[in-house]
Amino acid sequence: MSSKLQSSNNIAQARRTVQQLKLEANIERIKVSKASADLMNYCGEHAKYDPLLMGIPASENPFKDKKPCTIL
Amino acid sequence: MAAQEVQPNETLASLKTESETLKTKLEEERAKLHDVELHQVAEKVEALGQFVMKTRRTLKGHGNKVLCMDWCKDKRRIVSSSQDGKVIVWDAFTTNKEHAVTMPCTWVMACAYAPSGCAVACGGLDNKCSVYPLSLDKNENLAAKKKSVAMHTNYLSACSFTNSDMQILTSSGDGTCALWDVESGQLLQSFHGHAADVLCLDLAPSETGNTFVSGGCDKKANVWDMRSGQCVQSFETHESDINSVRYYPSGDAFASGSDDATCRLYDLRADREVAIYSKESIIFGASSVDFSLSGRLLFGGYNDYTINVWDVLKGTRVSILFGHENRVSTLRVSPDGTAFCSGSWDHTLRIWA
Repeated sequence: MSSKLQSSNNIAQARRTVQQLKLEANIERIKVSKASADLMNYCGEHAKYDPLLMGIPASENPFKDKKPCTIL
Repeated sequence: MAAQEVQPNETLASLKTESETLKTKLEEERAKLHDVELHQVAEKVEALGQFVMKTRRTLKGHGNKVLCMDWCKDKRRIVSSSQDGKVIVWDAFTTNKEHAVTMPCTWVMACAYAPSGCAVACGGLDNKCSVYPLSLDKNENLAAKKKSVAMHTNYLSACSFTNSDMQILTSSGDGTCALWDVESGQLLQSFHGHAADVLCLDLAPSETGNTFVSGGCDKKANVWDMRSGQCVQSFETHESDINSVRYYPSGDAFASGSDDATCRLYDLRADREVAIYSKESIIFGASSVDFSLSGRLLFGGYNDYTINVWDVLKGTRVSILFGHENRVSTLRVSPDGTAFCSGSWDHTLRIWA
């Protein structure tokens, strides 16, 4: 590759990096406090539907073996 | 790409300076909104109790390291792939093998189940992603119907169907991700921006729109717009390769697992890392991460053979699971959240609940 082509490729690459950074710098952001509150709310609202979190009885979990019942 | 006219004031040096200035500005903008830590906000959340999670099933049959696995939407079938070149479809309830395909290459690093449950995709050192329709006839040779979809110039590290059986997203050791049409094999979009091998990807939950996140050996996690091919956000806080990325169920955040022995949580709307899941005693890399259904728990498979369970909000570890006899290489929670599956270099897969 000729050095002229290489240097214009490097410049093209650097130009792309600058464009990308401009894009990323200009996005809209919210505060961590708000973002955290939203994450917590999501967890809270969905907790009761989370079998691994709540633990569900063996009878409802196809992977847990049902214990044999003894009739007294 | 044709060489463009260089503007007089636009030398390489001036562009590099502008780059540095923009990077600093990016950090400043992010820092302005860093008013609190997630675990501080989460102090008022009730602590989690003791977890009893055990191996409920062990899937034996691979002849070498298990590298990847995926659940079928029916919540019981699993596809797994191995260094031995085999791709196996299992019924996780019964542990029966339903299908087996021998790939023409070893190190099948990626596999995925189609949303319909009627096909699986896989690939690895062959640099391709191939789709195999699953036949109801157990005697039929699956390899005969194989369709080559993706072609990369280096190994395939991960693949995922999008919302339908019609499109596949891939990531590769060639540093790119790509979106393909399954029927024609046509490249629909390519994603350039990683500076080294891309190791993992995850699609945003369908409600949140057309984006996906990728992680690579350049220590970066990039969020991409699938339609434009544009990288919309980039995060570089890990200190080593990112082996696994997974969206938080709401789509507003994602977790990553890295060779730097930490898992991290990045919030997309705050545009920053908001939690690190680490302990001094954990010194081996995290290979694979996934969330429980509510997003409260993060399961991490590690190279020290263990699975650590983290409280996502408080940042603490709530459980450590032993059982595998070699590195855990892949881990996914089932679609209905009742169990999760881990695959390991010990040749087995385990179902935990």
